[in-house]
Amino acid sequence: MVRGIGISPGIIFGKAKTMIKNQVNLEKKNIEDRNEEIDRLVHAIASSKQQINEIAIKTRATIGESEAKIFEAHELILEDATLIDGIKDKINEEMVNAEYAVSVVAKQFMDIFDSMDDAYMKEKSADIKDVSDRIIRNLLGIEAWHLADNEDKVIIVAEDLTPSDTALLDKNKVLGFVTAVGGKTSHTAILARILEIPAISGIQGIMEKLHDGDDLILDGQEGIVIVNPSPDDIHDYQEKKKVYDNQLLLYKKYLNKPSITKDGKEVEIFANIGLPDDTDKVIANGAEGIGLFRTEFLFMNRKNLPTEQEQYEAYKDVATRLKGKPVVIRTLDIGGDKEVDYLHLQAELNPFLGYRAIRLCLDRKEIFMTQLRALLRASAYGNIKIMFPMISSVHELREAKQMLQEAKKALENEGILYNDTIELGMMIEVPSAAMMSDLLAKEVDFFSIGTNDLIQYMVAVDRGNEKIAHLYHEFNPGVLRMIKMVIDNAHEANIWVGMCGEAAANPYMLPLLLAMGLDEFSVCPSAVLELRYIMSKLSVDDIKSKLDTILMMAEEHAIEKYMEEYYDKHIN
Amino acid sequence: MTSISTKLLNESGLHARPAHLFVTTAQKYQSTIHVIKDDKKVDGKSILAILTLGASKNADIVIEAQGDDEKEAVTELGALIESNFGE
Repeated sequence: MVRGIGISPGIIFGKAKTMIKNQVNLEKKNIEDRNEEIDRLVHAIASSKQQINEIAIKTRATIGESEAKIFEAHELILEDATLIDGIKDKINEEMVNAEYAVSVVAKQFMDIFDSMDDAYMKEKSADIKDVSDRIIRNLLGIEAWHLADNEDKVIIVAEDLTPSDTALLDKNKVLGFVTAVGGKTSHTAILARILEIPAISGIQGIMEKLHDGDDLILDGQEGIVIVNPSPDDIHDYQEKKKVYDNQLLLYKKYLNKPSITKDGKEVEIFANIGLPDDTDKVIANGAEGIGLFRTEFLFMNRKNLPTEQEQYEAYKDVATRLKGKPVVIRTLDIGGDKEVDYLHLQAELNPFLGYRAIRLCLDRKEIFMTQLRALLRASAYGNIKIMFPMISSVHELREAKQMLQEAKKALENEGILYNDTIELGMMIEVPSAAMMSDLLAKEVDFFSIGTNDLIQYMVAVDRGNEKIAHLYHEFNPGVLRMIKMVIDNAHEANIWVGMCGEAAANPYMLPLLLAMGLDEFSVCPSAVLELRYIMSKLSVDDIKSKLDTILMMAEEHAIEKYMEEYYDKHIN
Repeated sequence: MTSISTKLLNESGLHARPAHLFVTTAQKYQSTIHVIKDDKKVDGKSILAILTLGASKNADIVIEAQGDDEKEAVTELGALIESNFGE
């Protein structure tokens, strides 16, 4: 048995395939023509850039937007003046071959970052290695490695897998992987978890311990590799695998089922998305709609504002693919910690209390009007609902609604189709809005409680500040009472209310929210089925009878513990 | 040449997001920009170089710019640091 760190869960059985990267020849050679050598370097950098760009595009399509950012960062490393000039200087001054110059200069940076003993810096070192190895391979005209066509269903054993290696793994051929280098928070680990490829890292001397063709059992949860297992081992792990796989299968059974509690109360489980491509995951996981489409991603990572036409196409694409299921689209929520360079927003002392979301939109009306027009135009093609973020006063809401009216009128004058009865909602994420939710409920068709910001503002905790992070707690009685008040006020006014923050996906929170009468839960696509499963085991009447007691508890930890016990009693 | 001495008071110094913000701001200017900490002087437009300074909270640094828009560059970068990068 070999122990490492489990970086991606799952149990698999398979044959080891050791992968030794086509080792780059780092011989130092003296060259005669500087210009020719620099030309080679420039070409290799250009090819590397193109390859990384392709990996970024593929990652965005198959894995996700935030994972694609890993490779956008790699592209920036390739453009970094200090790194590239350093390599050119080395070639010029020492008359050495480009591959040698790349390896020496990259190593200097890696050594500095490695010595800093900080997770972020270590990741930078891995990024530089990924990029510089690629430049060197391009200089030498060799490939990293790839599986031959006849090699499938293997467990890859390698000293190291870079993020770009991992993003390109073919799930049909690779059951899992085991490496010496890398930790749980590395980019490689993040990618493996999203690809659902079980993986273990941190095994010292891996190439001596595991050999080509060895039979392996890999337990990605525990970080254990069993080499050439005994019949007993195989039996044990088959049992374990059954339990694990059953859990996944159990959730999958709820794919085309309604979201309904044991005692027959129906709710809606929606999913959150950032980009139109995420819609695939929403459909694959059987969500009943999209509860939050964060439009800011359409505005990020680019050099200028998206046009009305670009936005219209993105919204229309999602609405069409959902085939009439609801799609709640939140208008631009930029500012705070989300940056957009071309808007030239000034750095602020308290960005979360500053110029962001609806505040920015009501100030820069041309941006807002463009988005409202695009949303209305797309509303002709599906069940779009518009939602305003960060409303803190009735006045703001009315001003935003006024603009929506103007947008409708303009489209009418131009003879452009839109859904005139489009539903309009707002986020409840500022305490003032929650406190006057009775008044606001008269102005909109629905609320969505954004717990991430609501908790932050209610308990006055900056989540980035580790010293006080323990105070940020969704079971804080103040937070729970406020959520209940918002739901009561919404129902009093006959409007529906959803939740699109992290709390909506917390299995221990679920019974409480059901008891309070929440109508819609919006969670990340991969959590939809688990939530539906848990829901089917719960009785609303039962937990409702305990709600008053729970809301009288004074300590968040007591409430959390109570809910954990409740969950264990009813779910398992 | 225009320069300014300042102290980093934000929690994460010139790390991650602040370093990124600093570099993208510096890149808007024509002038060559350098950041100096102790006896190390690096290109203010290169994120890798800035990160190697390991400039954390309370570090004293100097920003130097040379070129047509050196004054504006130093002013904006100085203000960015004064604002604690919005942290």
